[in-house]
Amino acid sequence: MDRQGNTYTFLYASIMVIVVAAILAFLAQSLKPLQDKNAAVAKKMDILKTIQIESTASDAEAKFEKYIGENAYVLNIDGQKQEGEAFTVDLAKEIKKDKADQAYPIYECQLDDGSKKYVIPVRGKGLWGPVWGYVSLNEDKNTVFGATFGHKGETPGLGAEITAENFQKQFAGKQLFDKNGAFASIAVVKQGQSAGDLHKVDGISGGTITSVGVSDMLQDCLSGYEKFLKN
Amino acid sequence: MSSDKEPLFSAKNLKLITTPLGAQNPITIQVLGICSALAVTVKLEPAIVLSISVMFVTVFSNLIISLLRNTIPARIRIIVQLVVVAALVIIVDQVLKAFAYEVSLQLSVFVGLIITNCIIMGRLEAFALGNKPWPAVLDGIGNGAGYGMILIIVAFVRELFGTGNLTLPGIGAIQVIPDVFYEWGYANNGFMILPPMALIVVGIIIWVQRSRDKDLIES
Repeated sequence: MDRQGNTYTFLYASIMVIVVAAILAFLAQSLKPLQDKNAAVAKKMDILKTIQIESTASDAEAKFEKYIGENAYVLNIDGQKQEGEAFTVDLAKEIKKDKADQAYPIYECQLDDGSKKYVIPVRGKGLWGPVWGYVSLNEDKNTVFGATFGHKGETPGLGAEITAENFQKQFAGKQLFDKNGAFASIAVVKQGQSAGDLHKVDGISGGTITSVGVSDMLQDCLSGYEKFLKN
Repeated sequence: MSSDKEPLFSAKNLKLITTPLGAQNPITIQVLGICSALAVTVKLEPAIVLSISVMFVTVFSNLIISLLRNTIPARIRIIVQLVVVAALVIIVDQVLKAFAYEVSLQLSVFVGLIITNCIIMGRLEAFALGNKPWPAVLDGIGNGAGYGMILIIVAFVRELFGTGNLTLPGIGAIQVIPDVFYEWGYANNGFMILPPMALIVVGIIIWVQRSRDKDLIES
């Protein structure tokens, strides 16, 4: 067949595309269970990290079972339990809905010293893509115990620093409600302006849009739990 | 080529590996792949993992295109190359997600960006389309290594002076510059973390390389 003719070119392109598509589809299908498991384990590690329990990929599931287990449920805007599995709620879809229709997952953790913590997942927008995280609260449902954040593709060294220990440890001890009991959230502000303020933490210089994104994310997601937290 | 069987690692074949490391380096001499040299060299770990991933893609895309070289219609050869490269990159991405999840999180978008790395298409066009599979594989190894070498040097300089740390795969960040230095008034150079500094570091490497090897200086 003429190697430069139209028929050959079309045939070649079609066969190549079908073969490549078949290989990739097969690969994606066969690796999917492994990838989903990795993602679930990483999520459990993140949740455990917020309540200051270090875990590795191998023991995360056992520890999650021990400290949280069945004590995860879904709330509605009024702070009442509703149907649903907290762990499988897709926040990316929930935050697009109206506040009143959203599902609000929450994890109750019983620590070794007997204290109880609440872990709330949050999700919002950074500079390049989504940012997410987990905020854990003390039994008073007001004081932050810990926070972890993650992101899809923020700039390394700048916005991506929200995953750094130094940024996250600032949240411990901050409070969600002000003296009058009104919801105040925690704002991420310019460096050096947060000293002594219970509702502010230092942002990341050079990562302003990501910092603002984290700030908005906390405000938007946590405010949905207001009724639950006040009870 | 003569009909005598050439040894696998003849002097000519070895040259395919060594020249891209020096006199034909894809980044400093051919000035290809600059884009990712800017993007992933803030820290050492992603630079190392990306170098390995790029080498995988250069080797296998060179091999596949070289095997197909006599069948590819000339008019759609770029598309064929692109499909092969894109497929390989997706394979790297999927495998990383399944078996090295933590690393894949750090590299995030950069793995996908291997597709746009000019070195890969450049080598396919310039070498794999006109050579037998084995030399093409060696050329892939050489160019992948030449690219990775520069990436790692640039990342080393930028991370060391930008943050005072070095991060290695599987180990994590190690503080290299001792705290005493900071007490004496040493400060990390924040400019090192910004993209322009990668260009400047690459520029310095080019300068050093050319001043050592006068043959590289154009008249």
